[in-house]
Amino acid sequence: MASLRCFLRSGKNAVSVVLRREFHRTPPAAVQITVRDALNQAMDEELERDERVFLLGEEVAQYDGAYKISRGLWKKYGDKRIVDTPITEMGFAGIAVGAAMGGLRPICEFMTFNFSMQAIDQVINSAAKTYYMSAGFQSVPIVFRGPNGASAGVAAQHSQCFAAWYGHCPGLKVVSPWSAEDARGLLKSAIRDDNPVVFLENELMYGVPFEMSEEVQSKDFLVPIGKAKIERQGNHVTLVSHSRMVGLCLDAAAVLAKEGIECEVVNLRSIRPLDTETIETSVMKTNHLITVEGGWPQFGVGAEILARVMEGPAFSYLDAPAVRVTGVDIPMPYAKILEDNSIPQIKDIIFSIKKTLNV
Amino acid sequence: MRKMLTIISNVLRGNASRNGAELVSEGARVVVSARTYADFTPQASFDIKKCDLHKLEEGPPQQAVLTREEGLQYYRTMQTIRRMELKADQLYKQKIIRGFCHLYDGQEACAMGIESGINLSDHLITAYRAHGYTLTRGGTVREIMAELTGRRGGIAKGKGGSMHMYTKHFYGGNGIVGAQVPLGAGVALACKYQGKNELCVSLYGDGAANQGQIFETYNMASLWKLPCIFICENNKYGMGTSVERASASTDYYKRGDFIPGLRVDGMDVLCVREATKFAAEHCRSGKGPILMELQTYRYHGHSMSDPGVSYRTREEIQEVRSKSDPISLLKDRMLSNNMASVEELKEIDIEVRKEIEDAAQFATTDPEPPLEDLCNHIFYNNPPLEVRGTNPWSKLMSVS
Repeated sequence: MASLRCFLRSGKNAVSVVLRREFHRTPPAAVQITVRDALNQAMDEELERDERVFLLGEEVAQYDGAYKISRGLWKKYGDKRIVDTPITEMGFAGIAVGAAMGGLRPICEFMTFNFSMQAIDQVINSAAKTYYMSAGFQSVPIVFRGPNGASAGVAAQHSQCFAAWYGHCPGLKVVSPWSAEDARGLLKSAIRDDNPVVFLENELMYGVPFEMSEEVQSKDFLVPIGKAKIERQGNHVTLVSHSRMVGLCLDAAAVLAKEGIECEVVNLRSIRPLDTETIETSVMKTNHLITVEGGWPQFGVGAEILARVMEGPAFSYLDAPAVRVTGVDIPMPYAKILEDNSIPQIKDIIFSIKKTLNV
Repeated sequence: MRKMLTIISNVLRGNASRNGAELVSEGARVVVSARTYADFTPQASFDIKKCDLHKLEEGPPQQAVLTREEGLQYYRTMQTIRRMELKADQLYKQKIIRGFCHLYDGQEACAMGIESGINLSDHLITAYRAHGYTLTRGGTVREIMAELTGRRGGIAKGKGGSMHMYTKHFYGGNGIVGAQVPLGAGVALACKYQGKNELCVSLYGDGAANQGQIFETYNMASLWKLPCIFICENNKYGMGTSVERASASTDYYKRGDFIPGLRVDGMDVLCVREATKFAAEHCRSGKGPILMELQTYRYHGHSMSDPGVSYRTREEIQEVRSKSDPISLLKDRMLSNNMASVEELKEIDIEVRKEIEDAAQFATTDPEPPLEDLCNHIFYNNPPLEVRGTNPWSKLMSVS
């Protein structure tokens, strides 16, 4: 009976169960897992898999991580692999890059990417450009990770989105996961990648649970860097987004589905390289494009996507100008009513879709 | 050494050479010393300047033993650096080298002394005045010069230029002042982590010494006892600003505060060597980082765009040249102790000159990198990726 149940839920496991004759085996199940736990498990597995991987940053060890992403890791791996640093971003980011040059595979955590600005020279000039400047002699296998973009009530200096800043630079890979599956697969890919990867998390997503299939739970499940994912199929308009805003796009799509408007939601997953092909294929199907991001509009991720669509084959398929939905072009205010109106809300996405579709 | 053996073999084969009699007698003299008759002194002990100490009970020894072989090797290497830098000056004025060119002549004893105090298996990183270190770390004059002229035979295939030369266990060549210091501590961390008993030398100048990230690095290197030798090459000027105008404290060897420090005569290769050995021993014994200030001098300006005389006098430059030149110091020591002959050293000069000429010839005739190489080396171990060119129809390819 157990084997029959297997067959119904996820056919591929039925064969293996039958062959093993393990009739009392619990059927494989998807689990609910938060983004936080997905990141934690990904790091745990990669630390175990490769001795050269280590984590450094403020409060990552004994505090279990400022946002508890590294909970339990110090207890398991100790001082050598999980390193608490003083509050000196430029210094410890430089040390992390040097360690990567010296043969290790560091994960350098910025408590938020706002603080990475203190160290941005090390990320760009020491990490990103070195393989090129050395004509392929010196590689830098490093991951810079931490929360990016707006949180809740943390005000102007702690709410900036850096996707456009880092996405601008050749030599870097930049990823921005949304779901737990994204977080897990992309972090593993980032750690295994031999190049500098900027890994932009989102604090508001940490506690959000997602269903994770057994395949995704496997130790070698990787999400390829540079490939977007279609989270929802649709025919009328393409919504391209990354990180938390993907969730808002899906919510807007659910509302509009009741009115007969079917949105295709593209989860970028990677900012650099940008998956232009998936976007173009979608636009050529739906004829309408809206990008949705939390960051500022000027020179942002949406601006780049629109420019690429202009320059590529998808342009001729547009029935209306492509537009961007972005954060408001202001420093983030504190008061809740002001903050809520500083970033895209579901109603802003719906409004923009209806304007674009002229309905 | 090779030259000596050539002479010996020529003599033994009875070959007449160009200067027949002279060389035979030279060969004869050499043969005599190869038979261990000390016609040349095989080694001698020299007094070296005492180092000023900071948070150290004892310092390096005040005497250094120099063997004839070592002396000839140091002389050759320092002379090579000197002539290479002077050739670069020439090529720059002919506009064959472009952009930034920061020359090292005057400071040769630092690079040579440091290298003789560590092993090639150790690690080293410096800032942009890096041509000398690229050589001592294992680069060849040919590939250094071809990099300066931006040719495909350059040590970075022409893609790095003067400030971005790399070789095994040498992490450049770094353009951003001070950024190399945390990088060096990171390499030291990797050494300690991997249990290799290797250390990393992190160099910076008197100008960089005030950078905040250097103090951040002192802190972490000390906390974590990283095997890192911090070395400040104090050539008295950060670009056009003298040390007195830039630093509230010019005791750079003390700026590490809780890190022990040495102030060393950077014009004496033996002094630098002994100090480096002392510092290396300190690191390898697990005591953590140590700091060295090398007092040295650069004859050229900050870079080729700086004549170097608006902020210092020609008299000052001349005085250092006549009284403290590192190559002259070594030469005088060797000659006055009969460790080498004038002719022998001249012979080395000629060989060095030839090597530089050949390298310059290569550097000016080697072709520039192919345009196909433009977008390569963005990512390591990556499938080929498309790179946007200057316009939307220009789709270029990048290979690892």
